Amino acid sequence: MASKPKAAKGEGRAKASRKKTSAKAKSLANDDIGEETRLKLWRSLLEIRHVEQRAYDLFLQNLIKGTSHLALGHEAVAAGFATAMEKDDWTFCTYRGHHHTLARGASMEGVLGELMGRECGLLQGKGGSMHLTSVEHGAMGSYAIIGAHLPIAMGAAWTSQYKSTGQVSVCFFGDGTTNIGAFHEALNMAAVWKLPVVFVCENNLYMEYTPIGDVTAVENPAGDRAGSYGLPKIVIDGNDADEVYRTAQEAYAKARAGDGPSLIECLTYRHSGHSRADPGDYRPPGELEAWLKKDPVPRYRDRLADFGIDKKVIDGIDEKVMQQVEEATEISKASPTPSLELIEKDVWADGGVAWRN
Amino acid sequence: MAELTYREAVAEGIAQEMRRDEDVVFLGEDIGAAGGVFKATVGLLKEFGPVRVRDTPISEQAILGAAMGSAMTGLKPIAEIMFSDFLAVCWDIVANEIAKARYMTGGQMSMPLVIRTANGGGSRFGAQHSQSVENWAMMVPGLKVVAPSTPADVKGLLAAAIRDPDPVMFFEQKSLYPIKGEVPDGELVDELGTAKVLRDGDDVTICALAAMVPRAIQAAEILSSEHGIEATVVDLRSLVPLDTKTILRETAKTGRLVTVEENPRLCGWGAEVASIVADENFWDLDGPVIRITTPHIPLPAADELEDATMPSADRIVREVSEKID
Ligand SMILES: Cc1ncc(C[n+]2csc(CCOP(=O)(O)OP(=O)(O)O)c2C)c(N)n1
Ligand SMILES: [Mg+2]
Repeated sequence: MASKPKAAKGEGRAKASRKKTSAKAKSLANDDIGEETRLKLWRSLLEIRHVEQRAYDLFLQNLIKGTSHLALGHEAVAAGFATAMEKDDWTFCTYRGHHHTLARGASMEGVLGELMGRECGLLQGKGGSMHLTSVEHGAMGSYAIIGAHLPIAMGAAWTSQYKSTGQVSVCFFGDGTTNIGAFHEALNMAAVWKLPVVFVCENNLYMEYTPIGDVTAVENPAGDRAGSYGLPKIVIDGNDADEVYRTAQEAYAKARAGDGPSLIECLTYRHSGHSRADPGDYRPPGELEAWLKKDPVPRYRDRLADFGIDKKVIDGIDEKVMQQVEEATEISKASPTPSLELIEKDVWADGGVAWRN
Repeated sequence: MAELTYREAVAEGIAQEMRRDEDVVFLGEDIGAAGGVFKATVGLLKEFGPVRVRDTPISEQAILGAAMGSAMTGLKPIAEIMFSDFLAVCWDIVANEIAKARYMTGGQMSMPLVIRTANGGGSRFGAQHSQSVENWAMMVPGLKVVAPSTPADVKGLLAAAIRDPDPVMFFEQKSLYPIKGEVPDGELVDELGTAKVLRDGDDVTICALAAMVPRAIQAAEILSSEHGIEATVVDLRSLVPLDTKTILRETAKTGRLVTVEENPRLCGWGAEVASIVADENFWDLDGPVIRITTPHIPLPAADELEDATMPSADRIVREVSEKID
């Protein structure tokens, strides 16, 4: 397991791409991220944006049932943290977890198919929108009980520490989650045991419908708690994929070096309501519009242009991703509904459900 | 054969498995340096060191979360919840997370872990430290539930639980910790989901669990000597999987079923056993099922109150002799 930060990785490529840059781009010389990684980030941002948008459309067509919590607006958090991970690192996320699951490389039809309750879904329809999991991609589950997965991610980090594998566990949760006991239990124990786990708060300013500030004793729900666990306060712009990526690199390097956990608060905003049923009426007028100006996707498109990356390349990725979403939609629609045999499978390790002889 | 206490058998079972398998780790409050509040884990820290035997903060959700996260990534943790009553503060991790992860993910995740806990009454601890909560676990799909009554079963079933690839809730009855029993020498691994017939009689079949087992046996002796009633006594040992074959066979043989449960009345395991027997053995029964339980109340603390509340040998004798002729 590489324990060095990836900061220097893209440098050479960044230099190469600078040949045809504008004056402004030149002022960004010696950039640490580099074109190849930036294009990866860009692709990841787009995959999330377009799949979530498609999920929304499929709701309206009544092809997605139940509930679903879109991450439109949160793309940069997922793209930044996932792109900085090693393949065998582990992601733990919440019911708002489509973006994190996609960012680890789970297929679009796996995600959309699961939302639609089809056989091609990641869980063949057994989990649904709130439980996306793809162990082969390191996506170790989406957890729908607030706070539960912080101690679980901490436990996975215990395995990597015990076996000295260098793997990092990364745990994503919302601002509202900082007020439940499990958050504090996990932070304390992870800090005392110096576990390689990175706790990432996606502060989108609201729990479900209540503004986080109305129910929290401190201004930064995660950042201002860090000191209680001997950790530095880290609050970043969660809508800037580069800033997220760099912060992730540092936290992973710290974890792999055996220096323990990090707690990072990413300021972001969800563009849609809390869940499918929520029109978001509780938000003051103008708030959404102000945040849309900081939309992480167009913002990154401008960033790429600033670095002199060819518009054709930028748009080409966009078109390619859109095409993939179309294909994934068709695959999901064509996929059969799950076999009823699945009902009586996989309670136990032997594949069965028997509770008696 | 060595004579061990129930509490010594706990430490022996854990040690046997930790010696065998590096992936077995143990965590909980006061389990290491202090040897456990019931002294059931004495010596483990010394033998296995602080990397494998980890004292934790008072953080039950973190303890069970750590167990789950480590189990799904390759370790085989044993987590201690000091008193089973405290499961209520971390029940989310048990019932919503550990129990459901494999099913919800279509078999992507494995959960080879054991949650050990001191369960039950008889120690004058009052209603928040004496509950018999094995039925809480029994009603959640995805959990195996074990409750031994003897030192040999503690060691053998604990070893089996640690080796089992599924999550096992292991309920140690705290008033049994001082009891002694013969435990076979050498490696001991029992089988989950198997009941044991401890006494053979033709008139009535008494099914019991954990601390109710010695009381049922004592009652059977009195029923025999004073009432001429010969009872078969079955120690269920495991509620999930449930050894219904043994229960049905032994009930059909006598035609009468008595369950002796420490839990409060409603939804105790005996209700499930009675329902299975009524469904599948109805024509073999000679009379109604008799359920003997703690009344549906929180357990009181004082000696006389607690003793009068939990099923005793005397009460078993009384109820059985009155209802069976
Ligand atoms: C223990 C628990 N309490 C309440 C809920 C209901 N609930 C679901 S999402 C949510 C809001 C969570 O807010 P936050 O942590 O900020 O995450 P966000 O949805 O904003 O991403 C609540 C209260 C729950 N799922 N679990
Ligand atoms: Mg929120």
